Amino acid sequence: MTAPTGPTGPTGPTSPTSPNRPMLDVRALRKVYTGRGEPVEAIEDLSFDVAEGELVCVVGPSGAGKTTLLRCLAGLLPATSGEVALAGTPVTGPPQGMAVVLQEYGRSLFPWMTVVQNVELPLKEKGVPRAERARLVGEALEAVGLADVGRSYPWQLSGGMQQRVAIARAAAYEPQVLLMDEPFAAVDAQTRFELEDLVRALWQRLGVTVVFVTHDIDEAIYLGERVLVLSARPTVILEDVRVDLGAERDQLDTRGAPEFARLRTHVYELVQQAKQGVRSLADARLTHAG
Amino acid sequence: MSAVRSVLYAVGLPLLLLAAWWVATADSESPFNPPLSEILATFGPTWFSGDTFADTRFVQDILPSLGRLLVGYAAALVVGIGLGVLIGAVRPLREFAEPVLEFFRAIPPPVMVPVLMLFLGVGTSMRVFVIATGALWPILLNTVEGVRGLDPVLQDTARAFRLGRWGRVRRLMLPGASPQIVTGARQALSIAIILMVISEMFAARDGLGFSVVQFQRSFAIPEMWSGVIMLGLLGVLLSFVFRIATGAVLAWYHGYLQAQRGGA
Amino acid sequence: MSSRRPVAHRALWLGAAGVATLLVVLQVVPSTGLVNPDFLPPTTQILTALVERVQTPEFWTALGDTLVTWITGLAISVVAGVVLGVVIGMVPFLRAATASTIEFLRPVPSVALIPIAVLLWGTGMQATLLLVVYASFWQVLVQVLAGVQDVDPVASDTARSYRFSVLARVRTLVWPTALPYVMTGLRLGAAVALILTVTGEMLIGTPGIGKLLAVARESGAVPSMYALVVVTGLLGVAVNLLARALEHRALFWHPSVRGEVVA
Repeated sequence: MTAPTGPTGPTGPTSPTSPNRPMLDVRALRKVYTGRGEPVEAIEDLSFDVAEGELVCVVGPSGAGKTTLLRCLAGLLPATSGEVALAGTPVTGPPQGMAVVLQEYGRSLFPWMTVVQNVELPLKEKGVPRAERARLVGEALEAVGLADVGRSYPWQLSGGMQQRVAIARAAAYEPQVLLMDEPFAAVDAQTRFELEDLVRALWQRLGVTVVFVTHDIDEAIYLGERVLVLSARPTVILEDVRVDLGAERDQLDTRGAPEFARLRTHVYELVQQAKQGVRSLADARLTHAG
Repeated sequence: MSAVRSVLYAVGLPLLLLAAWWVATADSESPFNPPLSEILATFGPTWFSGDTFADTRFVQDILPSLGRLLVGYAAALVVGIGLGVLIGAVRPLREFAEPVLEFFRAIPPPVMVPVLMLFLGVGTSMRVFVIATGALWPILLNTVEGVRGLDPVLQDTARAFRLGRWGRVRRLMLPGASPQIVTGARQALSIAIILMVISEMFAARDGLGFSVVQFQRSFAIPEMWSGVIMLGLLGVLLSFVFRIATGAVLAWYHGYLQAQRGGA
Repeated sequence: MSSRRPVAHRALWLGAAGVATLLVVLQVVPSTGLVNPDFLPPTTQILTALVERVQTPEFWTALGDTLVTWITGLAISVVAGVVLGVVIGMVPFLRAATASTIEFLRPVPSVALIPIAVLLWGTGMQATLLLVVYASFWQVLVQVLAGVQDVDPVASDTARSYRFSVLARVRTLVWPTALPYVMTGLRLGAAVALILTVTGEMLIGTPGIGKLLAVARESGAVPSMYALVVVTGLLGVAVNLLARALEHRALFWHPSVRGEVVA
């Protein structure tokens, strides 16, 4: 999979398997919040592609509209203008084949259902027959290391375990696209490393396309094949950074690699510039090489 | 606490109070305050005597009263929860209906008895209707509150996973609002019992409330007291059944609250 | 197109529309004979009757009677409920010993006491007062008990280790913790007290709005009866608003808003 980067705004890569059609296609996305008081333009213009099976991370300063973007992608929020297309079909509501993992893991799991019931709920709604459901649920829980807590309730588990249940729920759903909105922001550091590796393992195993929103630059670089750096509000893409750290990554080795440091510095600078109002790569003053 | 101690605690004070009542009224000459022994003695004959079991006051008065109560209460549950989910889920509808609902709920339910008597006379249907319309409000309003207060993160998750409208009602709104619904149902039960009694005291030809008022008017005082006790027992029994029935529904909630309080 | 209409106003308009719809329906349905106007008079008749009523002195006397009964009963319940609730709540032995009794007496429908009340006090205010106090006392007591239970055990131990007197503990620790619950109990108790006040007046004959209602029914003055129903509804709404306003004032410093204790 190749991912050429343009100076500003990306051109989407094309996967060798699908004929010229990216899995996720975002064109001129714009979102303005209206309501009480003045309208707020959260997103001005976002255009990018995500190829089938790619893992793309999205970073940016606080309030950059990352969550807004994700919700537009998920079909939970209607865009003011522009288009989001999943496998060629425009997204008008939550589309088939897309799963979401949110930051507030505790609140996204139904407290009156056990872990197993939570994980199988989307499958039930999808109409998957019982035997198949049981298999998918079992495998998903196994994959996240929670095979033995199926009968527990979510609130009986720790934060990290709850987030794993949410991930299992998304994985069991066998989606084409997995959206994750700062899923590890509220998890302790140790657990975060484990969960990051879990996401990469699942991604490789299931071959899903992943869009991962985070405020943690290190995490974005560790996880992603590409990192989209957003500007501050009203948001545009500052740069689509290609991450060439290899397919096999390791918390110790990868994070210690010089390329990782270079990328991290670069992205960090970009985000700092973004905070100061820079809105295009050409205007950014990057003092470090790369 | 050991089993023996819990039993002692449970029956200690009640027995003490009963004993005090017994002793205090043992030599009572007052017509209004007969000895407890006398009241207890009339208990059986008043309610359970008759040529056949079917002739006893228990079957003739208490069971029908109970029947009307249950039918009215069930109707209130169905309509209250059904409408409550609808109104709670559709925001413009809720804003439209809220002031009107608040007004109707503020009308003391017993006040509706004379109103409904106009339409329905004094038969069974009036009494069932009275119970249903009185018990409706706490259920309806609590259901609306419960649905309205659902965590938006849960709602988004349900939408993201494409739960259909019916799926959302069944798997999100009803369980999610169930603690509030149960609170409303409990209040509704109290109101239903009160209305059952009142609708019978007002103008009726049979029923538990009617019997008690009859006794009072004909100065059959020990019988009247036994009726009051019977009403009390009914309230306690229904409350107990309610607790058991909703215990299963709310089992997850107690654990969930604990986890919240404990601080995850 | 960006809409500039604030969301809050919409709620106001919709709500007003709801009330207006009700009034219109209540006018049209009896007028067109869909429902017998003898049983359900149109809005205009009800309003006329209401205006008439409001101009009679007996209405205001009755209203005063109702309010006096209500506030007296509520006051007794609140004082008894708070005092007993705090005492019982703070002494574990008492809590355990009274638990079963409270569970038994609480669900007893207060209207069961009507015959007794009538025997003892006839149609006097005390008869209705018995009902009112009995019903609202439990509402207050249950909430206060929950509030006292909610006191942070760590804070309580700290206070004790500093040898705070019982009164000081109550003042600095128990009361602030229990206050939100007391307010909830007050709100619930106030509503119940009103219901039983009107009920008592209707059934026992204690002077008040309820009695006027019963009289109106018996004499077949249907629009007047409905007018009084509206009055009781407005009273109920007023009591609710008052209780909530009080809750706000007393608790504006409180970070959380406590819901009612689930039954």
